[in-house]
Amino acid sequence: MASKTKAKPASSGGEVLTYNKGTFRNSALVRQQTLAAYLFLLPALFFFVLFVVVPMVMCLVTSFFDYRMGKPLTFVGLDQYIKMFQDPTFLKALKNTFILVIVAVPTVTAFSLWVSSVVYQFSAFKRSFFRCIFYLPVVTGTVAVAVVWKWMFNKYTGLINYVLSATGVIDQNISWLGDERFALACIILILFTTSIGQPIVLYIAALGNVDPSLIDAAEVDGANNFQVFWHIKWPQIMPTTLYILVITTINTFQCYALIQLLTSGGPNHATDTIMYYIYYQAFKLNDYGYGDAMGVILALIIAVLSAIQFKVAGSGSGD
Amino acid sequence: MKKQLSLLLAAGMTASLLAGCGGGASSTASESTASESTASSAAATGEAASGSDLSADITMWTYPIGQFGDAETVDGIISKFQETHPGINVTVEYLDYTNGDDQVTAAIEAGTTPDIVMEGPERLVSNWGAKGKMLDLSDLWTDEATADISAVSESVVSACKGADGNYYEYPLCMTTHTMAINKEMFEEAGALQYINEDGTWTTENFEKALQALKDNGVDTTMIVYCGGQGGDQGTRALVNNLYSGQFTNADHTAYTTDSEQNKKALQQLLDWSNEGLISYDAAAQASDELQLFANGTIAMTLCWNASNQAQYASSVSFTPMAVAFPSDDGVPELCGGIWGFGIFNNGDDTKAAASKEFIKFLCDDPTQGPESVRLTGFFPVRSSFGDVYTGTEDEERMAQFSSFMQYLGDYYPVTGGWAEQRTAWWNMLQQIFTGTSVDEAVATYTTTSNDALAAAAA
Amino acid sequence: METTVKSKKLTPGKVIVDVVLFLLAIFFIFPLYWIVTGSFKDRVAVNANPPVWFPTAPTLDNYQRLFDNPALLWLGNTVLMAVAAMALTCITAAMAGYVLAKKRFPGRALIFSIMICAMALPKQVILIPLLKEMSFLGLHDTLLAVILPTVGWPFGIFLMKQFSETIPGEMIEAARIDGAGEVRTFVSVVLPMVTPGIGALAIFTFINSWNDYFLQLIMLNSTKSLTISLGIAKIQAEMSNDYGLIMAGAALAAIPIIAVFLAFQKYFTQGIAMGAVKG
Repeated sequence: MASKTKAKPASSGGEVLTYNKGTFRNSALVRQQTLAAYLFLLPALFFFVLFVVVPMVMCLVTSFFDYRMGKPLTFVGLDQYIKMFQDPTFLKALKNTFILVIVAVPTVTAFSLWVSSVVYQFSAFKRSFFRCIFYLPVVTGTVAVAVVWKWMFNKYTGLINYVLSATGVIDQNISWLGDERFALACIILILFTTSIGQPIVLYIAALGNVDPSLIDAAEVDGANNFQVFWHIKWPQIMPTTLYILVITTINTFQCYALIQLLTSGGPNHATDTIMYYIYYQAFKLNDYGYGDAMGVILALIIAVLSAIQFKVAGSGSGD
Repeated sequence: MKKQLSLLLAAGMTASLLAGCGGGASSTASESTASESTASSAAATGEAASGSDLSADITMWTYPIGQFGDAETVDGIISKFQETHPGINVTVEYLDYTNGDDQVTAAIEAGTTPDIVMEGPERLVSNWGAKGKMLDLSDLWTDEATADISAVSESVVSACKGADGNYYEYPLCMTTHTMAINKEMFEEAGALQYINEDGTWTTENFEKALQALKDNGVDTTMIVYCGGQGGDQGTRALVNNLYSGQFTNADHTAYTTDSEQNKKALQQLLDWSNEGLISYDAAAQASDELQLFANGTIAMTLCWNASNQAQYASSVSFTPMAVAFPSDDGVPELCGGIWGFGIFNNGDDTKAAASKEFIKFLCDDPTQGPESVRLTGFFPVRSSFGDVYTGTEDEERMAQFSSFMQYLGDYYPVTGGWAEQRTAWWNMLQQIFTGTSVDEAVATYTTTSNDALAAAAA
Repeated sequence: METTVKSKKLTPGKVIVDVVLFLLAIFFIFPLYWIVTGSFKDRVAVNANPPVWFPTAPTLDNYQRLFDNPALLWLGNTVLMAVAAMALTCITAAMAGYVLAKKRFPGRALIFSIMICAMALPKQVILIPLLKEMSFLGLHDTLLAVILPTVGWPFGIFLMKQFSETIPGEMIEAARIDGAGEVRTFVSVVLPMVTPGIGALAIFTFINSWNDYFLQLIMLNSTKSLTISLGIAKIQAEMSNDYGLIMAGAALAAIPIIAVFLAFQKYFTQGIAMGAVKG
């Protein structure tokens, strides 16, 4: 029976995705299995196809059209894509998006790894306490987080200016979200606080799963803390790191609500990201075709980046 | 087995939840089919049916315009309306200026627009009207109404008319946007002398007043705010008035911020900012600035009108005094606000007719009309209403504002590419105050805006 | 056992690390503290300089004004929306994740790849087409317009597939040999094994759906169907500097979800960690 031969312990990680076609073909049971599988998949596929795949396809199709509110739909081929790369605001948004990703993703990953490697050795209670603390900004909710930070960053009544001027760091109140030098950094800071919760949970679990006998053995051999980390722990938590890199990248690219609620892309496009610019084109200027084309490009960028991350991480942990 | 049971329960719960959520949808659907059938039967019996026989459920969305953002007040109006039109039900939703436009956009794309929407010509006429989403309201603009409104201001009539000659707005009220000062703060600094009795002042005296305030220890006199969505009329009016520049050309076919007068004004603001006479804040929105004024932190606001005065009167601990924008020749040209109603083209004649009845009641009814105007806190667009505030407690306060009406200038927010212009305007200010030369920033702004204007016309 | 692997003596370095960690904890909890205390401050205390670190004269005025709005209705809508999205997602994802992990059938790899790709796509990109679709289905301005796209999002399937990989194949085989049908096997063998995963997914979906502010903004527009996130955004838009009121709204939006998280955090942290680590 085909299914019997497949019933190996699944925890072996790199499971083979192919199956023996020979045994498949002539087995009535297998046909029945396939039918059962699709019946189980059906509810999920129903929602997925109807509310994700169909709009995705529509988005791709309309990106080749001049599609604006109140104008007839006309096919324009690649015009939207050409326009995009001649649009200085789009290019600036692209740059900002990359800054956001390049700064936020490594920082979030490195910082959560550091916190976790300290916290995972704590007692169960303390560990759970810190895990909760760092997760709180995630569950507080984007809108609530955005409004409280907006208040704290306020030039006149904000806490941050008060603390900094009381301690003599600044002598004049700063409009944090209104200054091109600081606005994007402020967004990154807030994004950071709302992003590290999940990586910390994951890393604590992953580090807890590292086989302690390996660590003991290395220490007996005279390895220092760093060597233990680099040679024993790091390879073992590699899959977790990969997963964290991918989800953090995706989350960062999707960072939109913070910008809409805090800066509307300003000052002077300093916090415009592709996500925000898509929103601006679609909802403020009602140029849907252009917004859709940018969405397609954004999706491609994310897909390529995720693929690279898988590839790099995959070759790194090949052993 | 317990698990199975719980799974069943979960499934059942979900099903009932779904039923619960779906309920709204299906009932709405049946409602609309019902009203459609009444529509066809009404059409069959002919258009002769007079207003009071109409039967329809209509919806209205309002932006927060005076007390038209307040549910209790609006419910009161609706019940009065239903005394004469028992068949017409009006449901009202209240939008805000931050998210409202997105919600209307979504509703247009989803085909769930309301019947009536209350706002001004820049949305009703030059945005949704120009995009073919609004009904022509020419039949509301009777000869009597047109003459009555023209008698107050020709520019109201032209602002409500789209480029295609159709009327997409039926106006209720208007105002001028002014500045306001903290009277006590000015008094203390001896700066009140620089303002003429009628509330106007010259650019030269404005500078002297700033200096006097500064000398008297006022930390922040005023803020050139450049954040967010609304309140741009304040900064625009300041720039245009300082050296009597124009925002657009006379027929609204080009943005003219790159004129010498406007550039001189922007340079002047920058110089004042560098001298510490005024402040700039790219994160502040008009509402932030207004709040700082109300708190007594800053000496003046660029974002004032009769409605604000009414709203803040009770909560401020000083006397807010409305003044015109300073102008080199002492004769300001103030930008107006015109608010009124438009009807979305939802393809339902009965609802459209019912909506018109409601709009007529709100704007033209001899008792409700003036009352509606009073609720907005602004001035009537109809000359026959006279002074709607006579004999009310607001009389004195409103008299102050009505004296500014003579300075009402061109109504330019109907120029094409308005939304792009707005974003570009904020960016221009932000650039100028952070080191870009005035020439360069203005050139970028003018090009962006005029390109958008051309694209909108195409 | 991993907890006490190395409880070495206190060194200065360790003390510093502990202090730093403690300070960081304060930094992370502070916004929440500021929301909650801010919601009890009167207008003077909210704008005070120096700031009022703790409301010495707490007032319920902000909450009273908040409840002048139909805040409880918004909260109810949000709970209804989040619970429905959660329940539907858990059921569909558990079923799909199980077969994707444990069954071999034609089309499996293709379906899974498409789902992974779609997971990376920002939801906002497809909002306009989604809007058209909801309007076509007559669902615009109903909670279903927010619930269904959340259920469609393939992250749950991905997570549940990861989980189902950990089920030993022998157990499924054993059930089948005992004569259990597909449904019985799923319910009595698979489900108990993936309970932590379902717990994680439940909280995850609940939080996501609660927070998906923009989808709600576009899909809902009548006051009766608003959610709490939209409600606060609306209040913030109308009263942009009334921080006391805004904080009361933020607290009302945040506290229920924090309570859910704290109550189930054990499942959640276990679940989410297992799902990812076992990838």
